[in-house]
Amino acid sequence: MPNYLSIDTSAHASVALIDADTGAVIAAHTSPKGNDQTETLAGYVRDLMADHGQQGPELAGVIVGVGPGPFTGLRVGLVAARTFGFVWQVPVHGVMSLHALAERVLELDEIPEEFIVASDARRKEVYWATYNRQGALTDGPHVAAAATLPALPVYGVGAGIYEEALREAGAAPQPESFAWIAESAYLAKHGLKDLAAGKDLSNTAPQYLRESDAQVPAFMKQAQAKEATA
Amino acid sequence: MSTKEPVVLGIESSCDETGVGIVRGTQLLANAVSSSMDEHVRFGGVIPEIAARAHLEAFVPTLQQALDTAKLTLDDIDAIAVTSGPGLAGALMVGVSAAKALALATGKPLYGINHLVAHVGVGVLEGTVLPPTFGALLVSGGHTEILKVTSLTKDVQLLGSTIDDAAGEAYDKVARLLGLGYPGGPAIDKAAKDGDRKAFRFPRGLSLPKFVGSAENPGKHRNNFSFSGLKTAVARCVEHFEAAGEPIPVADIAASFQEAVVDVITSKAVRAMVENNLTTVLLGGGVAANTRLRELLAARCASAGIALVVPPFSLCTDNGGMVAALGAQLVADGAKPSGLEFATDSSQPVTQIVLTH
Repeated sequence: MPNYLSIDTSAHASVALIDADTGAVIAAHTSPKGNDQTETLAGYVRDLMADHGQQGPELAGVIVGVGPGPFTGLRVGLVAARTFGFVWQVPVHGVMSLHALAERVLELDEIPEEFIVASDARRKEVYWATYNRQGALTDGPHVAAAATLPALPVYGVGAGIYEEALREAGAAPQPESFAWIAESAYLAKHGLKDLAAGKDLSNTAPQYLRESDAQVPAFMKQAQAKEATA
Repeated sequence: MSTKEPVVLGIESSCDETGVGIVRGTQLLANAVSSSMDEHVRFGGVIPEIAARAHLEAFVPTLQQALDTAKLTLDDIDAIAVTSGPGLAGALMVGVSAAKALALATGKPLYGINHLVAHVGVGVLEGTVLPPTFGALLVSGGHTEILKVTSLTKDVQLLGSTIDDAAGEAYDKVARLLGLGYPGGPAIDKAAKDGDRKAFRFPRGLSLPKFVGSAENPGKHRNNFSFSGLKTAVARCVEHFEAAGEPIPVADIAASFQEAVVDVITSKAVRAMVENNLTTVLLGGGVAANTRLRELLAARCASAGIALVVPPFSLCTDNGGMVAALGAQLVADGAKPSGLEFATDSSQPVTQIVLTH
């Protein structure tokens, strides 16, 4: 039966091959580093597919993490996934990357009634979203300083980085999750549930959540103001 | 694959142009370009993050457009080439990741190649025959270089380059000072047409004897450029008129600024050609569209007995066709593919024509 190729580069380069029927993870690999997506992603996909005799055009589709995540790495996975879809003529499904963290929470023995997952957004902020006990998104994704998060249990690498600020804000960072980053196998798990529920995942637009930093310089503002009044 | 006339698809994303070009040998089959330039206008310069976002959205449609124009399918492609550097890191990574995915998905060999050498490699297209050894002058928003090309695929040497701003950058900055909009090159070129290029004597950077030296005993910056002092001189000039409450003579300043840039570029380039026994020079980069640069370079080349080659303008600005053209030369010459693991190099030197595995 066909398999899905799953890719997420919102944190590290992460790839997985997933059985489309059972959802079983056939193989998965995640880079130990967060800054080598461009160098490693294609090779990971090549090895994953070659090791399992997977032909691209025979895939059920590509599931790709659309972020949020640091922009440059995120784009590496998105442009690769879209290109695979174009060449192999298979559908590309976009899944919000924080869902991958939420799926891990759902594997715990005790799942809170409501919880937050948080990843590293750099610049002293986290990307975060809240979920209910069934793993359904209830709020987000957002980008904000950890100290502004609601007073809920917090999972994911973002909880570890800002443990102190979260505690001070009344939230409950969960130490067992401090190493959790978005992994493609968990991302696919969420994607398959959405597909089974008939959701349309055809949108692969990146979830940047932040504008580009560019500020219109003062001299351009003056020039534009002059033009406007001229 | 026909190694004499390989069909190569080239991908360019080093700045604000997403380009996909296809060549067969030295014949250009398609050259699709999507530019994010309009999105940078209000900032008065290229914003890397905006350029990178645009590359992601433009890549697959531009690829499709190139294949449609060439009336080819991916099966017809023998190899893929991509700009690995120099350029904006975040922008380069989109093109390189796309190229790797494309190479993997199609099973075609991939070559990570030098953007500057590709600007020169474009010269082999359209029936132009270049001598075995020649010179190149690249002038654009991001680059100002003089090169010696002994072999397009094996031996390219940097004779000189800018030590601060690129020429095109100086144009953008001066255009802002004069309220002429972005991009500055065409805006200043246009304003200069009504101006007196001798109205102001602006400095020619790195032209003092201590920098230039002599042919026998060359100074450190004999073939190098600097445009930051020129930009400051123009700013002082504008301030002078403002302080005096007089109208700014925009056309004269534009013409005099342009003359300073073009004078120093052409005189240094032609001298470098003569001293390196190069009898042909290829002009590349977006500023090749500048009328005064072409005029003065043509005149000085003619006086020095140097043949000037200027590719069509659409091949001078950043495009995928030039990447494909150099890629085809490399494939025909038996160069080894770069594999799927190479990194982008935002300051890739011209001596690194193709990345090795």
